[in-house]
Amino acid sequence: MDIIKDGRIQADTLTHLDQDAALPKGAFSVSLTRWQSEKSALLATGQPLAVRLLPAEIVDDLGEDLPLLSMVVLEMNPFTDGRSFTQIRSLRERLGFRGEIRVLGDFIRDQMFFLHRLGANAFEFAPGTDLKDRLKAFEEFTVTYQAASDQPQPLFRRRAHP
Amino acid sequence: MYQYDHYDQTLVNQRAQQFRDQTRRFLEGELTEDQYRPLRLMNGLYIQRHAPMLRVAIPYGLLSSIQMRTLAHIARTYDQGYGHFTTRQNIQYNWPKLEEVPDILDDLAKVQMHAIQTSGNCIRNTTSDHLAGVAADELEDPRPYCEIIRQWSTLHPEFAFLPRKFKIAVSGAQRDRAATQVHDIGLQLIKNARGEVGFEVLVGGGLGRTPIIGVVIRDFLPKEDLLSYLEAILRVYNQWGRRDNKYKARIKILVKETGIASFAQWVEKEWATIRDGMRLDQAEIDRVSAFFKTRQYLSLPEVDPALEEQIARNQAFAAWVRRNTVTHKMKGYRAVFLSLKPHGQPPGDMTDTQMNAVADLMDRFSFGEIRVTHTQNLVMADVEQQHLLDLWQALDHLGLATPNVGTATDMITCPGLDFCSLANAASISIATGIQSLFDDLDYLYDLGDIRINISGCMNGCGHHTVGHIGILGVDKKGEEWYQITLGGSSSNDASLGERLGPSVAKIEVTQTIEHILLTYRDLREGEETFLDTVRRIGMEPFQERVYGHH
Ligand code: HEM
Ligand code: SF4
Repeated sequence: MDIIKDGRIQADTLTHLDQDAALPKGAFSVSLTRWQSEKSALLATGQPLAVRLLPAEIVDDLGEDLPLLSMVVLEMNPFTDGRSFTQIRSLRERLGFRGEIRVLGDFIRDQMFFLHRLGANAFEFAPGTDLKDRLKAFEEFTVTYQAASDQPQPLFRRRAHP
Repeated sequence: MYQYDHYDQTLVNQRAQQFRDQTRRFLEGELTEDQYRPLRLMNGLYIQRHAPMLRVAIPYGLLSSIQMRTLAHIARTYDQGYGHFTTRQNIQYNWPKLEEVPDILDDLAKVQMHAIQTSGNCIRNTTSDHLAGVAADELEDPRPYCEIIRQWSTLHPEFAFLPRKFKIAVSGAQRDRAATQVHDIGLQLIKNARGEVGFEVLVGGGLGRTPIIGVVIRDFLPKEDLLSYLEAILRVYNQWGRRDNKYKARIKILVKETGIASFAQWVEKEWATIRDGMRLDQAEIDRVSAFFKTRQYLSLPEVDPALEEQIARNQAFAAWVRRNTVTHKMKGYRAVFLSLKPHGQPPGDMTDTQMNAVADLMDRFSFGEIRVTHTQNLVMADVEQQHLLDLWQALDHLGLATPNVGTATDMITCPGLDFCSLANAASISIATGIQSLFDDLDYLYDLGDIRINISGCMNGCGHHTVGHIGILGVDKKGEEWYQITLGGSSSNDASLGERLGPSVAKIEVTQTIEHILLTYRDLREGEETFLDTVRRIGMEPFQERVYGHH
């Protein structure tokens, strides 16, 4: 299936595993609870590892494990649950996570610019979504007041002071 | 006032364009009702009883004459010829068509205005003192900080989907005219022992269903840390604010359930990680402040003999000067209130004709600017004394000189049953009923400063809980009844009103208010205000008078 990653449409093969689904050959993601209970078995697969977080879950619960992960997947359901935004920011800025941050769920195009600003770099949609249309999300604004992952300085430091 | 540069302008243009696209996608079925709802709310668009309502932001209540003319143009072109000024210093239009809202936003963008974050679960318009910059009791002008907060909060990537709405108010004066204690965050400019100016920070205030007075979370916040500290509070709130129950989702509930000490600890912890990276540069404070220091005041005598004579000769003018104008930090100037509470009219409404005429008066008499107050009036802040008579005549002609500012007929009133789908009861007709008590203005003046606030339901848009007299519409088996409270205030001595007793039927409200006012008149001591009298004598004498009759 195609996803949007690093601003482009790309093929992707990640499987999101249920609580007790068998481990596949290729790349997969598991829930935080499965990660916590099966950590060593998962590490033994030698696959790049991805953990899914719900909005109510706390990024710090991944804290020391973050270097073991290649990806964190945020399940944004419902799309109005704004905790995902803080999760992403905390992962990138406070916890220094450098791997892929992927958003999954009901989120809408109009949130992608913000998600991207905070450090999400991959977006996975329901099958049938028009990805070209979704790409427009990144072009709607050329001005941002705040510093974020996409822009190290707030506008007030970038403005030429007279 | 603040002027957009190409960054500010580009952002507002792009935002208008984005909303046009969102609305098109909704109308064409690409976005569902549920998906479009938060998007339209973040652009101030409510769906209410008759039509959508559009709330336009007036940052910290400040408007130029050019902007006022655009507001008039919108009222005339897209609405039914009027707009409604709100308690958060914004303006609402009650009758726009959804399809035309993108055009309205384009028109607004041309005069550096927008509707960004005027509703929805995000950081709203930052409000301030309507006498900012001209009040004699001011430590420092709060508006530069409001503008800095406006920019930081505009399209903030992290805080567009908060548990609930979030309102910030900033005051720079000794007397709190911005109701900072009933905001999610209240900022009060203060000087510390070392003589530095910074902010006292309050958190967790709010009206609505569970009114709560804010508590101090930080005694002194250096200016340079303003944005990092706000960001830390918002982050803690976004993470931990309740999302399971929208009536418990405001930050006030989080602060209350957590306790201020633990809440403050969470904030401090978060703050420590971002403080250094988010320091506000003095250069930016200076840049923004400069926009608010452009006045070329004349040096005028304190007393103008011609004015004294006009006052002595003309009683109506004298009453207006006394009630609707206040002193200014500069000698020879006064700040002039335009009353949007003419008796018998919906409070806060203004027609397009009035707006256009007022824009001309702003140019002639007050450096082309005006402010909206949180009590739904307007203030021309910089009027030379020698122009007062001319201005009064012009305002009187426009119906904007009712000499009642601060009195019992200067009520805050929500739209109530006339417009609002959540209402239990009418508000506007209650206000006009009370106003009908005061055909005799001397009676009104004799009662002095009184704040009567009316809401049509417990959401409290009319600030009833902080009215000296609060009137709340309740539903009793499909009938409109009203709960009366006494003793509320949103000023420095902020307090929530106490219930008088059982609610009263609609036809009895006016009479009940009259009984309350007469009780005050009979029992006050000397110059004592209504609020002070209530605080001294308590509820009982009022209850006896009101309920004793039945
Ligand atoms: C007719 C359309 C309106 C609707 C549907 C509406 C709806 C609401 C609701 C649901 C709340 C409660 C929010 C909460 O408790 O979290 C609220 C609060 C409020 N509204 Fe309105 N409102 C309307 C018009 C107005 C107007 C015209 C004003 C200004 C005059 C206003 C000012 C406020 C204020 C100041 C609050 C309380 C803020 C606080 O809790 O701190 N609203 N409104
Ligand atoms: S207080 Fe109630 S009736 Fe009045 S505008 Fe707000 S929601 Fe509507």
